[in-house]
Amino acid sequence: MKDTVKNLKTVTKPIMKKDAMSLVTGKPVYMDDVVPDNCLIVKVLRSQHANAMVEEVNKKAASMVPGVVGIYTWEDVPQERFTMAGQTYPEPSPYDRLILDKHVRYVGDPVAIVAGENEKAVDKALKLLKVKYEVLEPLLDFRKAKDNEILVHPEDNWKSLCPVGADNKRNLCASEKTSHGDVEKVLSECDVVLERTYHTKANQQAMMETFRTYCYMDTYGRLNILSSTQIVFHVRRIVSNALGIPKSKIRVSKPRIGGGFGAKQTVVAEVFPAFVTWVTGRPSKMIFTREESQIASTPRHEMEMTVRIGANKDGKIRAIDLYTLSNTGAYGEHGPTTVGLSGHKSIPLYNVEAFRFDYDVVYTNVMSAGAYRGYGATQGIFALETAVNELAAKLNIDPMKIREMNMVHEGDIMYAYYGEKSNSCALDRCLARVKEMIDWDNKYPCRDMGNGKVRSVGVAMAMQGSSISNLDVGSATLKVNDDGFYTLIIGAADMGTGCDTILAQIAAEVLECDVDNIAVLGADTDASPYDSGSYASSTTYLTGKATYDAAMKLREKIIELGAEMMGEDKEKCEFDGSKVFYPESGKDVSMVDIGTKSMLNNNITMELTESCSSPVSPPPFMAAAVEVEVDKETGTVDVLDYAAVVDCGTPINENLARVQTEGGIGQGIGMALFEEVQYTEEGRMMNNSFMQYKLPARVDYGKIRVEFESSYEPTGPYGAKSIGEIVIDTPCPAITDAVYNATGLFIREMPITPEKIVMGLIENEN
Amino acid sequence: MIITVNINGKNVTEDIEADLILLDFLRKHGCYSVKRGCETSNCGLCTVLMDEKPVLSCSMLAAKADGKNIMTLEGLQKEAEEFGTFVANQGAEQCGFCNPGFIMNVIAMFREYENPTDEEIKEYLAGNLCRCSGYEGQMRAIKKFMAERKGAK
Repeated sequence: MKDTVKNLKTVTKPIMKKDAMSLVTGKPVYMDDVVPDNCLIVKVLRSQHANAMVEEVNKKAASMVPGVVGIYTWEDVPQERFTMAGQTYPEPSPYDRLILDKHVRYVGDPVAIVAGENEKAVDKALKLLKVKYEVLEPLLDFRKAKDNEILVHPEDNWKSLCPVGADNKRNLCASEKTSHGDVEKVLSECDVVLERTYHTKANQQAMMETFRTYCYMDTYGRLNILSSTQIVFHVRRIVSNALGIPKSKIRVSKPRIGGGFGAKQTVVAEVFPAFVTWVTGRPSKMIFTREESQIASTPRHEMEMTVRIGANKDGKIRAIDLYTLSNTGAYGEHGPTTVGLSGHKSIPLYNVEAFRFDYDVVYTNVMSAGAYRGYGATQGIFALETAVNELAAKLNIDPMKIREMNMVHEGDIMYAYYGEKSNSCALDRCLARVKEMIDWDNKYPCRDMGNGKVRSVGVAMAMQGSSISNLDVGSATLKVNDDGFYTLIIGAADMGTGCDTILAQIAAEVLECDVDNIAVLGADTDASPYDSGSYASSTTYLTGKATYDAAMKLREKIIELGAEMMGEDKEKCEFDGSKVFYPESGKDVSMVDIGTKSMLNNNITMELTESCSSPVSPPPFMAAAVEVEVDKETGTVDVLDYAAVVDCGTPINENLARVQTEGGIGQGIGMALFEEVQYTEEGRMMNNSFMQYKLPARVDYGKIRVEFESSYEPTGPYGAKSIGEIVIDTPCPAITDAVYNATGLFIREMPITPEKIVMGLIENEN
Repeated sequence: MIITVNINGKNVTEDIEADLILLDFLRKHGCYSVKRGCETSNCGLCTVLMDEKPVLSCSMLAAKADGKNIMTLEGLQKEAEEFGTFVANQGAEQCGFCNPGFIMNVIAMFREYENPTDEEIKEYLAGNLCRCSGYEGQMRAIKKFMAERKGAK
């Protein structure tokens, strides 16, 4: 740890989140707590078919329901396509959406919007709408989608803005090939080459607050959108594209958000009430039911990954070849970008002579995928880390040892990570520590408990990024107020992760004041400086850097004004957080007086904004070791102990970093053991409630233990990197490894259900 | 139909529609801490106390509360703050959306158990889902709260 980190007063401290007491006492701070009663209720009628043309919508009976204000179908909405993915312009996700489309492409695709004075009227109208469909054959198998004769997007006004290898006439949302070195040559020289195919399913973020948006027209005739979103600025652009109205007519802000995990990095609810309010001039709101959030949202991309991995007999890994097939579903939100992480954030964990990474992203007639914590890295790391564990098993090498031999270290060039150098990496220390924490040497591979149950251990490593390099913009505005307190205005969205507090800690550290002395406002497109938003593990690293820069510059301003008040040379004055002073004379002027002066006969602007982008995206690293108990009779897997050590650079707030890690691991355990989006043969989503879609409850696993082994990232604020996403990446491969060590079975499709274990064991016996 | 419900110590008499859900009735009367997370009695966000017993208000008709005493977090602000401080000190509140239902059930638990074991805690709160915290921080908060309560006696 750098000396500079040791001496910090606010950064690294486990400071309580600024909004914590409001949240734990149940104050009305979320969208549906703060909107007026008189707003229109907006709901949509959803398609019952996976692929169909809407021939006719008979609105007659529905329109006569008292209280119904408007019923809109595809003829009523603009016909310019757009994407709902919250990404920087020009968006890599294709423009393949309309607010309502004549062609409905999955069970749940909206057919009509109904707005009414109350929920009962709207529900009744939805029941009375009569839709005539021309039902088409759906394309449901993503392995058969590329070049299939059924086209999910046959339309001519489909558009791809970026060269991502998209072609709607081939059902391709994206396609690319990358490599370094001669993979085939190196593989041909290896003693062992393993080829394995892995499959991860779509998963729901399942944040506790479903998608929701409130809209109204303000005094200036502008459309105001209050939405539970991670991306206020992207929402402004997307709604502008969707409605065909100027961005200058739209303001977007967010209240407290009841969780996001990437789900709210896509526009899901916003366009419907925005359309209704724009057309009727009346306030409206749309609140997704849990069923809608399950069947018509933006889950993790289903992926099938084929790994070829080559090594010498001694365990030296020499080449990795990965092909990923990703299922983007009916629309391409985040399709071209998530897939990239399946290779670019898995392969660089190992130093290899050569790699190849090819992928296709295909359209099918299921719900569109989107952004979910981990964003493709989770899928790729499951595949590659399991392949490494399979290789270790084949070579009869301890999976800890094969990692120790091959893993990336500080200073290494990561060729599969865009050639970036690993400037901060404590992965070796993370791995060594989890090995101790789980008592690996005594527990590996397993112990038969003598009652049909086996206890075993498993290991995995992970990496992610910190913001999107050369693309994301983080910004912070800081200003001095009377009494000398500060306001920090951001465009990043605190979705429960605590970024309002973390960024205030960074500002307080620089300005040498208490965190309570910094009021935080965000995010509001009219008031906040531009920020890409809270996604891609960017906020602490990038918006944190902007906050640091802004605070450093504000210090200079404070000194300038203080010096002017004393009539001294600013170059010779200093600032200690409470006063500006002139050491030579002992004169000083307090921060309170500087605050007052800033509002009285003043020509020095005491407010400034800093923005920054980063040429690099420094990866956080992580190692995890898990102990499980497998019941060989029933196939049940119990996670007894999950030990994880994270290198997120300097943890700005250790409490929040720890809870992020525990929460991410909890979600990852869900993905590994329970959670799965399943469809019927007709393409109807089966897990449409929390009855069928099993989130882990607190009785579903044992303990999670988290420690930190910090490196110091020179480009981050106080040495910080990201933590939000990496923490979901290890459970799938670590638990898969442990299950192998207990049963001799590598389960290559998530989740690891008891059926898969029992059937596998029966197959092995035969 | 006309019902009379005592909400947080105050009697409310109202002519309601027979299919009105208790959760919606309570929110209509200003109890915004009561959240809807799932509609299928799986998540625990809508937990309130009915005559001292925790119930899921998303799956109960308002009519069933006729003549009953309902407590929400609005009526238990002191307890919420006392215990909630321990959650906040862990950073375990995170997005906060599940907190009111969770804390209602914790309050109910401590009215039933003086010193619950880890297993009893997990079982009692099994129906309170949280997607952010992974539950560990909530458990630390409960244990520290119990330790402090014990020390104070």
